[in-house]
Amino acid sequence: MNRHVAEPAGVAPAVEASGVHVNRGRTRILRGLDFTIGAGRITGLLGPSGSGKTTLMRAIVGAQRLSAGSVTVLGQPAGTAALRHDVGYVAQSPSVYPDLSVEANVRYFGAMHGATAADAAEAIDAVGLKDFARQRTVDLSGGQLSRVSLASALVARPRLLVLDEPTVGLDPVLRAELWERFAAMADAGTTLLVSSHVMEEASHCSSLLLLREGLLMASLTPAELGERGRSADLELAFLQLIRDAERAASPTDRNESQVA
Amino acid sequence: MNPRMMLATSWRVLDQLRHDRRSIAMILVVPALLLTAVYYLYENETLPPGVPRTFDRVGLMMLAIFPFVVMFLVTSITMLRERTSGTLERLLTTPIHKADLLFGYAIAFSIMAALQSLVATAVAYWIFGLDIKGSPGYVVMIAVINAVLGVALGLLCSAFARTEFQAVQFMPVVVVPQILLCGLFVARDRMNDVLENISNVLPLTFSVDALKEIASNSEATRLMWDDATTIGIIVLGVLVLASLTLRRQTR
Repeated sequence: MNRHVAEPAGVAPAVEASGVHVNRGRTRILRGLDFTIGAGRITGLLGPSGSGKTTLMRAIVGAQRLSAGSVTVLGQPAGTAALRHDVGYVAQSPSVYPDLSVEANVRYFGAMHGATAADAAEAIDAVGLKDFARQRTVDLSGGQLSRVSLASALVARPRLLVLDEPTVGLDPVLRAELWERFAAMADAGTTLLVSSHVMEEASHCSSLLLLREGLLMASLTPAELGERGRSADLELAFLQLIRDAERAASPTDRNESQVA
Repeated sequence: MNPRMMLATSWRVLDQLRHDRRSIAMILVVPALLLTAVYYLYENETLPPGVPRTFDRVGLMMLAIFPFVVMFLVTSITMLRERTSGTLERLLTTPIHKADLLFGYAIAFSIMAALQSLVATAVAYWIFGLDIKGSPGYVVMIAVINAVLGVALGLLCSAFARTEFQAVQFMPVVVVPQILLCGLFVARDRMNDVLENISNVLPLTFSVDALKEIASNSEATRLMWDDATTIGIIVLGVLVLASLTLRRQTR
């Protein structure tokens, strides 16, 4: 079984993690993760809610301290000051100023990266909010709000873009448009890490990290997921993988297999 | 420090305030209304000849206390929102320096404080004939320094509140003792030793002392500049403490 995703020859991975542990109090949120994320492609981070997706993403952008292990981003330790221009992060809840206009939000976050007004207009256009640029963010719908948050990251033109559940609450048309945009960005050389708990989105990614209870269940391509989970429906395939893993981990099953 | 990021932050804070007309109106008008109340409170007092009106003493001190209180409240709530909404975390993943953020806030709110104290001082001076020897320009200067003090303490206290409800509870803890002990109600040399010693180290005390100097001298005195410098140093110290509460990483 080929568990490894073939890396493009000669291209260093955008993210390399080894032995990543994060404990918060007594809770062990991430329990030893090793993986790489290929540069210039879309990697999906998938898993049930509570599996540690957000914590892992925050570790990659440098907002989460590690209890053990290391994360290297674009050749430097995660969270290094020099990376702050190159790494964009869009949290799950839209982190923008509700009392500012769409334009003012994007321009403000753009100002941290020396972006111009034209850059801001382009980022707003990219998320389909051109007609709403002058509206106050608080007056927008939930889906529009999350796109303002996305535009506030796009304006910096990051080399690595980390997106926590960017398509939640969007209608199918917008979701498809956003995935097209992500694909275009990846083609232009941007590395994207996109989390989701909706398995059907996995098909848009070129590789997947499957997370469950703070452990990496698998790192594979969508095709391999379908193969290993014995289903073309990636949701069913993921469930099958979980069942397989549970069976392997359960001590009674193990005893039975030893007896047999 | 990066001036572009700092000024972008000031502009953003003022832009947020600009949409909130009611808050602007309250910041500008309420101190003047309260001064009016104080004026009429002492309207019928009978004074021996040569003794200054109570309004000249109390009204003057209130000119310094208003911006302090208002900016403390406005800042602690605004900063708390920034912390809870995720915008602070997001900003701290960008190249912005913590000092850019804090000074950006301080600049924005001191502009508001300057406008506020201009209105209040003008009302006290021209409508109620506030009688002080020194220049009203110095009164406005002390008021602005006090506003920055309020901003700095608000930024710091917002780190210790999880909700807006908790944030306003810091007012009785941080602001009220300073008002009680600054010499507004009882002259500081008539307090008992414990209270006087506490009052000696509270920042607002220095502002009130500076205002007394302005009231009784036609030229700026050495003592006034010393007081103003002391508050300035305290403000910088509090801003440094506040910057320590801004963490790029959570444990």
